[in-house]
Amino acid sequence: MSQTAIKNGYYGDFGGSFVPEDLQEVLQYIGEQYEKYKNDPEFNEELEYYLREYAGRENPLYLAENLTKQLGGAKIYLKREDLNHTGSHKINNVLGQILLAKRMGVKRVIAETGAGQHGVATATACAMFGMECTIYMGAKDTKRQALNVFRMELLGAEVVAVDKGQGLLKEAVDEAFADLVANYKNTFYLIGSAVGPTPYPEMVEHFQSIISKESRAQHLAKEGKLPTAVVAAVGGGSNAAGAFYHYINDEEVRLIGVEPAGAATLSKGSPAVFHGFKSYVLQDEEGNLLDTESIAAGLDYQGVGPLHAYLHTTGRGEYVTATNEEVLEAFKTLSRVEGIIPALESSHAVAHALKLAPTLSPEDSIIVNVSGRGDKDVEQVFAMLNK
Amino acid sequence: MSQLKDAILATTANGDKAFVPYIMAGDGGLEKLQSTISKLQELGVTAIEVGIPFTDPVADGPTIERAGERALANGTTLRKVIETLAGFASEIKVPLVAMTYLNPILAYGVEQFAQDASAAGIRGVIIPDMPLEEKDIIHPALQEANIALIQLVSLTSTPERVERLTKASEGFIYAVTVNGITGARSSFANELEEHFAKIQDYTDTPVLAGFGISSPDHVKSFGAFCSGVIVGSKIVDSLANDDWATIEELVLASKVATVR
Ligand SMILES: Cc1ncc(COP(=O)(O)O)c(C=O)c1O
Repeated sequence: MSQTAIKNGYYGDFGGSFVPEDLQEVLQYIGEQYEKYKNDPEFNEELEYYLREYAGRENPLYLAENLTKQLGGAKIYLKREDLNHTGSHKINNVLGQILLAKRMGVKRVIAETGAGQHGVATATACAMFGMECTIYMGAKDTKRQALNVFRMELLGAEVVAVDKGQGLLKEAVDEAFADLVANYKNTFYLIGSAVGPTPYPEMVEHFQSIISKESRAQHLAKEGKLPTAVVAAVGGGSNAAGAFYHYINDEEVRLIGVEPAGAATLSKGSPAVFHGFKSYVLQDEEGNLLDTESIAAGLDYQGVGPLHAYLHTTGRGEYVTATNEEVLEAFKTLSRVEGIIPALESSHAVAHALKLAPTLSPEDSIIVNVSGRGDKDVEQVFAMLNK
Repeated sequence: MSQLKDAILATTANGDKAFVPYIMAGDGGLEKLQSTISKLQELGVTAIEVGIPFTDPVADGPTIERAGERALANGTTLRKVIETLAGFASEIKVPLVAMTYLNPILAYGVEQFAQDASAAGIRGVIIPDMPLEEKDIIHPALQEANIALIQLVSLTSTPERVERLTKASEGFIYAVTVNGITGARSSFANELEEHFAKIQDYTDTPVLAGFGISSPDHVKSFGAFCSGVIVGSKIVDSLANDDWATIEELVLASKVATVR
C-alpha cells in the first residue's frame, strides 16, 4: 500500500487513537513493541513456523468447478481459510499477536469475541503457549454460539458473558478495554479484528495479509494473471483486509467487501469516533450507536476498520450488502454444490459471488475468501430452517 | 480567564476545598435537571459536572453506565440537555462542566456545540475519549466560546505526559485517582499523594481528584493534598434514591470547619 496513505495510525481521515488517558501509553507501548518485531527476522521465522506447522498454512486456492459451471460466468476460486486450525482466518492474527505478547513477557491474554471464532483461536494459542486466557463475549452471542463457549472452556479459557446493552460484540470490546486499563501491567489485549485504536488495525492487517500474499502467488501460478475481483465478508474487516492487502496497488483488481444488510456500516453509516478510532459507524443524528441485526454473530458490529473506511471513500474498494435470506441460500449452495460448509460470515462473500459471477465472462476470475468453516453455525441454521 | 478556575480558586481562598458533584443528565427525566442543579447550588457546591449519556461510555463505571442507559431510554440527548439548560440558564449560578464523549459533539457540530453550550451555562468540557494529540478538533471553537477544555491526568501517565497534560489543561486538572474506570472504591494507593504534588508542580491551575471518591472521609483525605474533589457514582446513586442527606454530608466534608 502506498505509504502516504497510512501515517501515524491514520488512513486518510480515518483511524487514530481516541481512548481515555489511562490507555494512551499502554497502546503506545504495544505499538512500539509491534514496530520493533514486525520486521525482526527471528520473530518472523517463528511466526512462519507456527503458521505452517500449527495452523496448517499455506491453505489452498481452490477452483470451485461445480459452482463455476452452475453459474456460467467468471471462474470462482475459494481461498480456504476455513481449513486453518481452529477453522477460520482468526488464527493468523492470533499467532502473530501472541508471539508479540510472549516477547513482551506478558503472562495473561484477553480477547473479545463475537461468533466465538476469535475466542477459540485465542484460547487455542494460549493453551499452546501456556498463557492465562480470559475471553469476553456478549451474553446474546454466548447463547447463539454455545458450542464455541464450551470449546473455549475446554481449551482452558475463562469465558465472561457480558450482559450489557445488546449483549453483542460491541459490549465485549468495551469490557476487554476496561480489563486492559485495570491490568495492563501483566495483560495483553489480543484484539480480533482490524479495529480499535492505533496500533491495532495496522497490526491485525499485517498479520492477516498472509491471506493475499498466498492467494496472489497461487492465482498467478494457476492463471498467469491477477484475478478480476476479490470478495470478502466485512465485519470489523480483518479477513477482508487480509484478502485485499496485496492487491491494493493492483488497480485492475476489484476489491469487494460484503456487509450484512442489517449491519451495513459502510453502505449506511457515516464517519464517527467509536471504540477508540475514527471510521464509518452506524449512528443516529445525535451520534449514538444504532442497533445491528445479522444472522452472523461475527458481523454483528456497528463499526468497521479504518482501512475499509479509507478504501470506501477513495473508491478503491466496493462495499455491498447481502440479506440474511441471500446468506442462508449461499450457505446451502456452497455446501451442496462443492461439499464445503462455509461460516455464515463467509457466506456473505459467497452470496455476492453468486450474484457477480454470472455477470462476468469465463475469462474473468473471482477469489472468494472463505474466512471460516460453518460447523459452528450448523445448529443455528438447523433451528432457523425448522422454525 | 476561566470562570471555572476562578470559582475553584475563590473556594480554596476561603480554606474550603472545591466540591464538584457529577450528575447524569436525564436520569429520572430531564425535567428533574433544574431542581437538581438548584438544590446542589444551595448546598454550596463549587461547580457541577453534567454527564451526557452515550451508547458507548468506555470511561464510565457500572453505576454511571446504568444511569446513562436509563437516561438514553427516556430519550436524553446532548441536544435536549443543552436546550433544557438554556431554558433556565439565568438561574444557574455555578459553572457547569459537560462530560461527554467526542462523537455526540461531532454529530452536533463542533462550532454550534460550543456556542450553544456556552449560552446554556457550560464553562468547561471533559471529553474522555479525546486525547490531547487530537484536541485541535475542538479546542479553537471552545476557546472562542470561553469554555475550558479539561484534561484527565492518569496514574499511568509518564512524567513527560503528566507535564504536557497538566500544562494544557484549562479550568482545572482532573486527576484520575484509581487505575481505570469510575466507581466507588474503599482503598487508594499510597503513591497518590506524591503523584498530586508532582502534578501541582507544573501549574497554578487547581488540581481536583476524581474517580472512586465515595465517602466524606475520601473527600477529606483527598482534599488534604489537592484543591478539591469530584464525586460521581456516589452522587448518581444518591440522586437516584433521592437521598439528599448523603449528598449534604459529602459536600460538608469539603468545608473548612470539617477539614481540620
Ligand atoms: C469466519 C469469520 N469470518 C469473518 C468474521 C468477521 O470478522 P472480520 O471482518 O474481522 O474478518 C468472523 C468474526 O468472528 C468470522 O468468525
